[in-house]
Amino acid sequence: MESCTLPIMFDHDVLIIGAGLAGMRAALAAGTNGVDVAVVSKVHPVRSHSNAAQGGINAALTDRGDDWRDHAYDTIKGSDYLGDQDAVEVMCREAGQEVISMEHMGVIFSRDDQGRLGTRAFGGQRQARTFFVADFTGQALLHVLHEQVLKAGVRVYEEWFVLSLIVEAGECVGAVVMEMRSGDVHVVRAKAVIMATGGLGRVFEPSTNALICTGDGIALGYKAGAPLMDQEMVQYHPTTLKGSGVLITEGARGEGAHLLNSEGDRFMKTYAPNMMELASRDVVSRSEQTEIDEGRGIDGCVLLDCRHLGEQVIREKLSQILEIARDFAGVDIRKEPIPIQPGMHYQMGGIKTDINGLTAVPGLYAAGECACVSVHGGNRLGANSLLDTLVFGRRSGEHASDQVKKKSFASVTDASADSDLANIRRLLKNDDDGEMFGRVRQELGQTMDKHLAVYRNQQGMEEALAKVRELKERYRQVRVQDKGKTFNTNLIFTLELGFMLDCAETIALSALERKESRGAHTRTDIPDRDDENWLKHVLVKSTPDGPQIEHLPVVITDWEPQARVY
Amino acid sequence: MQVTLSVKRFDPDADSPETHFQEYKLEVEDTATVLDGLIKLREEVDGTLALRCSCRSAICGSCAMRINGQAGLACNTKMSDALPRGGGPITIEPAGNMEVIKDLVVDFQPFWDKIRAVEPWLQPEGPEPETEYLAPNEAMLHEAGVMACIMCGACVSDCTVLAIDSNFLGPAALAKAYRFVVDPRDAADESRLGKLNEYGGVWDCTRCMACVEVCPKGVAPMDRIMGLRDKAMEAGYTNTYGARHAAAFSELVEHSGTLDELRLPIKTFGMFNIKKLLGLLPVGIRAQMAGKRPPIFHKKIPGVQNVRRLFEKAESRR
Repeated sequence: MESCTLPIMFDHDVLIIGAGLAGMRAALAAGTNGVDVAVVSKVHPVRSHSNAAQGGINAALTDRGDDWRDHAYDTIKGSDYLGDQDAVEVMCREAGQEVISMEHMGVIFSRDDQGRLGTRAFGGQRQARTFFVADFTGQALLHVLHEQVLKAGVRVYEEWFVLSLIVEAGECVGAVVMEMRSGDVHVVRAKAVIMATGGLGRVFEPSTNALICTGDGIALGYKAGAPLMDQEMVQYHPTTLKGSGVLITEGARGEGAHLLNSEGDRFMKTYAPNMMELASRDVVSRSEQTEIDEGRGIDGCVLLDCRHLGEQVIREKLSQILEIARDFAGVDIRKEPIPIQPGMHYQMGGIKTDINGLTAVPGLYAAGECACVSVHGGNRLGANSLLDTLVFGRRSGEHASDQVKKKSFASVTDASADSDLANIRRLLKNDDDGEMFGRVRQELGQTMDKHLAVYRNQQGMEEALAKVRELKERYRQVRVQDKGKTFNTNLIFTLELGFMLDCAETIALSALERKESRGAHTRTDIPDRDDENWLKHVLVKSTPDGPQIEHLPVVITDWEPQARVY
Repeated sequence: MQVTLSVKRFDPDADSPETHFQEYKLEVEDTATVLDGLIKLREEVDGTLALRCSCRSAICGSCAMRINGQAGLACNTKMSDALPRGGGPITIEPAGNMEVIKDLVVDFQPFWDKIRAVEPWLQPEGPEPETEYLAPNEAMLHEAGVMACIMCGACVSDCTVLAIDSNFLGPAALAKAYRFVVDPRDAADESRLGKLNEYGGVWDCTRCMACVEVCPKGVAPMDRIMGLRDKAMEAGYTNTYGARHAAAFSELVEHSGTLDELRLPIKTFGMFNIKKLLGLLPVGIRAQMAGKRPPIFHKKIPGVQNVRRLFEKAESRR
């Protein structure tokens, strides 16, 4: 791998890292604004994890008698009042236009009898305002955005892996990137960089997230000096398959599926008598966990019952779930209920940005799951993540492309790649008797799932932090068996594990900091929400002396915090 | 349970790169997928094994490979289903019809180039409406069957035409094209069908069904290609050999109740297309020697009127 020390320089006005919905939406917006845009992605765009979003995308369309303020209120209540209300307003106000533009680009949304866009009900919302394509909405959006990227001729560096961001005089001016096929390392110079790398799900095991969701962008931004916000807020989705953690869409409950305990009871009547199965995700996940913990589960699971929905609804609206349950659980959902459990699904936190996607580091933007604007606060509503990626992806692309028109390229040299190359050489030289990365990854995932799941407590979180720090030490010695240049996935996974460990540490630190229960952060030792002291965000910043915690007040506009009842 | 995987390996960085099979014995859970096994392998046994995989739930399309000789997704193939009946290891090879980069990783660039070649973006006409385009839900549901394609390349891997003619657009790209031709919002049908009617397009499919069989998402690419043939002929593209073959086939069967195999090439290529017809001479001689030459005077079958009624009925239902 020695020959990878001759970087070639690439220049782009706007460099976007990640080619999921946020990244490609940003690329289209920046490209339309007449600047030179390029996208770098460690997988081909259509392999991105936006694919896996099943249920739909929220928007309050006024011509359907809906109001964006109602959507904003549901989102804020869902966030347990930790979402910044100015940001939520932007997202909900712009949602309708975003959905309509996606339809114009070619998305085949489900229709009503008049041929207009149809909606389905989703959790935590009083209106059916979720637009959808059967149960593969994310894939349908992602493939159409990719069509548009092809049409626009945006340069996409496919299967290029970002090693680090280049920061000169406090400003982000490019990135160091490895071309996976050749193993060559390049310096890409840019006037603005937009991070759109998605989530960090693999830090937990199991997780609904794809294997590529290793928190690269969150860790890269963090190391470049951008503070992370709301990192303690990790969403456990109420319906995931046992073992593999594969996702079963909330759309199933939106279409009317029931949750049952071992006694055959619809137990949600105890916890959320009005919204039942369609309460917020944190509420439903906690309810399930309580049922399981109190002995009314079945082998660590509760049951999701779709049988009464009928053949047509299942075939037309839940076709993928029919396949998934069959292939991954051996269950025919038309004939029997699916055993499900809460499973790690989404990271509400991420790189702190303003409503234009700009981070605390000039020149660096973030959008989508790796960012924290914050619109989701303590708990994200189903079908708000796709919306978040599109609205803030577009806004980041627009803002960044406006800004770069006034800027010139910073002077960057090949030396920017030196420390990454040294790091790679060091990893490749590790003792061949060393530990394999898989063991460190598994221990990390199991630790996080044990101590930072639906219910948390001080002792468990301290244990988790100590374990993560031990694993960080052990990580330095993991062996990389593959010494080759071409498509060295062994090296890539090892580098990803480094990012995951950085993310894990910030999650444990933030969780220990928040001394109350709010949204997804539920402490059995401090069970109540404490608006007096904790109506604020927890931020973690990387400093030469280690991680440093800061606080930031929540932005409240029209909606004062209230007790949260569903 | 214990399984043995025989994995086709290729390392271009080796001192003398050569393809070989490597066997691994693994202990996996009874419910494990082939991908679970491969992940365990690379995390705990042999980190040098290269493969693409991501979502583990048949939606990202990364892990198409040949399992026991047939293309499929490693993530939705159960290990227990892949165990060969007669015993022996499960054979894992890279997807076919694409150049191997390393181990199970193949070069998808030609695949993406062909997707790009069908201009896969909506081309509507006129100004955009203020709200959404109106479209019947049935049309959207029909399209959803094609949009379910995850671009995994399983169909391309096992396409029997691509194995001998790399110019063929292939099942994935043609299915993608179909999605736009049937989209009520798209206004570029004529130019799309014109291009798909050319060499490498819809008429190069041999209807072997391999793509339908291996597609993990039920897209049935071959059926979409047949749909495109119909659309092309309806749009007036009737003068290719493919279209003429289809028209002649149907006309001859309607006329006599069975296929007149002697007149089929004459009607397809044209009576005076001496070059093409002479090209068929070796086939004729071989048929004659095998005693399979079709009769010179083709007879109508008894009850041919019943066949014709079938045609009428089918026509009226179009």
